[in-house]
Amino acid sequence: MRLSIYRYNPDVDEQPYMQDYDIALEPTDRMLLDALIRLKSTDDTFSFRRSCREGVCGSDAMNINGKNGLACITKVADLKQPVVIRPLPGLPVIRDLIVDMSQFFKQYHSVTPYVVNDTPRPESERLQSPEDREELNGLYECILCACCSTSCPSFWWNPDKFVGPAGLLQAYRFIADTRDQATNERLDNLEDPYRLFRCHSIMNCVDVCPKGLNPTRAIGKIKDLLVKRTV
Amino acid sequence: MAITTRKFDAVVVGAGGSGLRAALQLAEANLRVAVLSKVFPTRSHTVAAQGGVSASLGNEEPDNWHWHMYDTVKGSDYLGDQDAIEFMCRKANEAVIELEHYGMPFDRLDNGKIYQRPFGGHTSNYGERAVKRACAAADRTGHAMLHTLYQRNVRAHTQFFVEWMALDLIRNQAGDVLGVVAMEMETGEVMVLHSKATLLATGGAGRIYAASTNAFINTGDGLGMAARAGIPLEDMEFWQFHPTGVAGAGVLITEGVRGEGGFLLNKNGERFMERYAPTVKDLASRDVVSRAMATEIKEGRGAGKDADHILLKLDHLGADVIDKRLPGIREIAIKFANVDPAKDPIPVVPTCHYMMGGIPTNMNGQVLAGSNGGAIVKGLYAAGECACVSVHGANRLGTNSLLDLLVFGKASGEQVVMDLAADVLSHQDLPKDAADRPLSRLARMDSAKSGEDVFEVGAEMRRTMQLHCGVFRFPDSLAEGVRKMNEVSKRAGQLFFKDKSKVFNTARVEALELENLVEVAMSTMVSAHARQESRGAHDRSDFPNRDDAQWMKHTFWYKDNNRLEYRPVQLKPLSVESFEPKARVY
Repeated sequence: MRLSIYRYNPDVDEQPYMQDYDIALEPTDRMLLDALIRLKSTDDTFSFRRSCREGVCGSDAMNINGKNGLACITKVADLKQPVVIRPLPGLPVIRDLIVDMSQFFKQYHSVTPYVVNDTPRPESERLQSPEDREELNGLYECILCACCSTSCPSFWWNPDKFVGPAGLLQAYRFIADTRDQATNERLDNLEDPYRLFRCHSIMNCVDVCPKGLNPTRAIGKIKDLLVKRTV
Repeated sequence: MAITTRKFDAVVVGAGGSGLRAALQLAEANLRVAVLSKVFPTRSHTVAAQGGVSASLGNEEPDNWHWHMYDTVKGSDYLGDQDAIEFMCRKANEAVIELEHYGMPFDRLDNGKIYQRPFGGHTSNYGERAVKRACAAADRTGHAMLHTLYQRNVRAHTQFFVEWMALDLIRNQAGDVLGVVAMEMETGEVMVLHSKATLLATGGAGRIYAASTNAFINTGDGLGMAARAGIPLEDMEFWQFHPTGVAGAGVLITEGVRGEGGFLLNKNGERFMERYAPTVKDLASRDVVSRAMATEIKEGRGAGKDADHILLKLDHLGADVIDKRLPGIREIAIKFANVDPAKDPIPVVPTCHYMMGGIPTNMNGQVLAGSNGGAIVKGLYAAGECACVSVHGANRLGTNSLLDLLVFGKASGEQVVMDLAADVLSHQDLPKDAADRPLSRLARMDSAKSGEDVFEVGAEMRRTMQLHCGVFRFPDSLAEGVRKMNEVSKRAGQLFFKDKSKVFNTARVEALELENLVEVAMSTMVSAHARQESRGAHDRSDFPNRDDAQWMKHTFWYKDNNRLEYRPVQLKPLSVESFEPKARVY
């Protein structure tokens, strides 16, 4: 298998470069992550994050042949070779495919990512109808891999001011939760030319989400609520 | 050598379910807490739990904690401590309701209450029939739980040290634990975290086996640290092989599939579990189902061209139920098994999944100093999969792991808060050699010009465990396994990698992880070789029966000379009558 991989180690490299590899895979190496691990067994200086290897922890997001995705659920057979692999775009590179995700998580933290409900806790669960619970589908499944936000030009230009698709998807996850009581504060928090309105609905986020989620739709719903609130 | 030291009231190592639950307790008590994690918290392996968390809420049919307790004791094959099991089952409802109040997106029944599904080994009226006890968020319960706990910690302003790896415990002459030495992965910087209390929540170590449902990060770091510090590891021979890992890939397929009505077939299309467990069939406990599957394969009734797997059929549930209750499973099957389960069965095999053993603790998460009496290691606590309370005994019931981490995560956190409030703990003076062991480990690795390949030694360990300590165990093979593990252990003392960089050196992290895995694998092999009976997940060809007269006791393994001690099982619950051991029929 032929790979062309972005390499950069600030300890030794003056600048990043692309390194070409031709590696022999075992029959069990079906996913791109298997191939990267195979490669690492021959070149241990090659660095990347990985953990669950089943698409649920969000560690191994990277740019694969120009498109963001998770290496562990990307089949080698589906990839055009040489496979060009780069770190997620727009975030500072720490080393090789490992990026500094501080800005991404800062935006996630900025949307008050927890249920706010100050009424006294009942003895049993807070009731929620199956229909109301269904409103959370397509929102709560986010794995915070950052594929979406780092494919979004608005996030590239203003990562400090625009919440980005991942953060906004979570913002709506709590607005949509019937147990949450802070909708107004949440809308106040987002009513800003940058935080929400830098989204121009180009839908790169939807295109790359490895979990099939739709941040653009969630962002649209937040915008609708803001409009409704003013009339 | 000068090394930066920082002081905390408490250090939590690990930010999965139990670490986050404990951290919440500490942060809400306004203590100075550092939570260390090798990965961003929501990437911890709790995220991969699927089917549910047990609690006898009785939302759809009658249930109570007595039945849950009975099922757990029976599931443990009577090796679980009945006081701890009572404690956990009684706390279950409170723990799950609390999580719901934190915002956990549980599925719902029409009346708005939490949705519950049947699960293996969970029954009503002491074994009569399967009961709906597993509280679920589709088949993403662990994901929903981990994110909810992280979110609650964001609210509590918990201080995280993300991508920090703890290397070793600091213990003084008296045996008290005074903190950890840890390494920041991004910079390679090593630091002493001097704390009054240290809580290990490092999760599992399933990566000792070649076929495992576990994440790459599940390397038993807490167990390795404990073993090197002279602390015993309990019941390490008991590893759960989950019946349904995707054949070849190892990825987990939840027992919830069978809870929703799926079942297993051999190559003849026979629903063979009817022969092994006439009452609950495919919902027998995991050791029973895995052994039945392995027997079918061994006797030539496996499916596929190599007759090497079993088929999990669920297409009869219909695409609607699958998409509503098991959407993640459909995704996984399509990606990793190339089958759409709404049409075709999933090829599965028993796959290493969970470590019943671990660092011995009491019900409050305090780590036991040895097999004798209740003496504890002052300043050290453990919770979750890395700990052995023991509630799971020789076999864990599905959904009891998520309950374990909630209940004992909280209990251990509360104990730390109490001990700090009572001034039982203090910042004792650090010994002069506090950081010597980890620094010399690192120094050896950094200066090594040749040695053993990390990838090769790891592969040899995994092959050895898979071959010599699997679902069925044989005396000669175990003896050979011990010999091979001694060899692996020697090689693991000479690990070499080319990468000498300080910056995010994952080769170094993997070498340090392998050292921990080898301690876990060694303790497993030695403990398994010594236990001359078959109980729960430990099945010996030469001792096919459970031997309650000789072996109703917990194994305590010490790294020092592979020494073994034993401790009797606690048969006396807190408030109810004991469940006396009897033959285990499902």
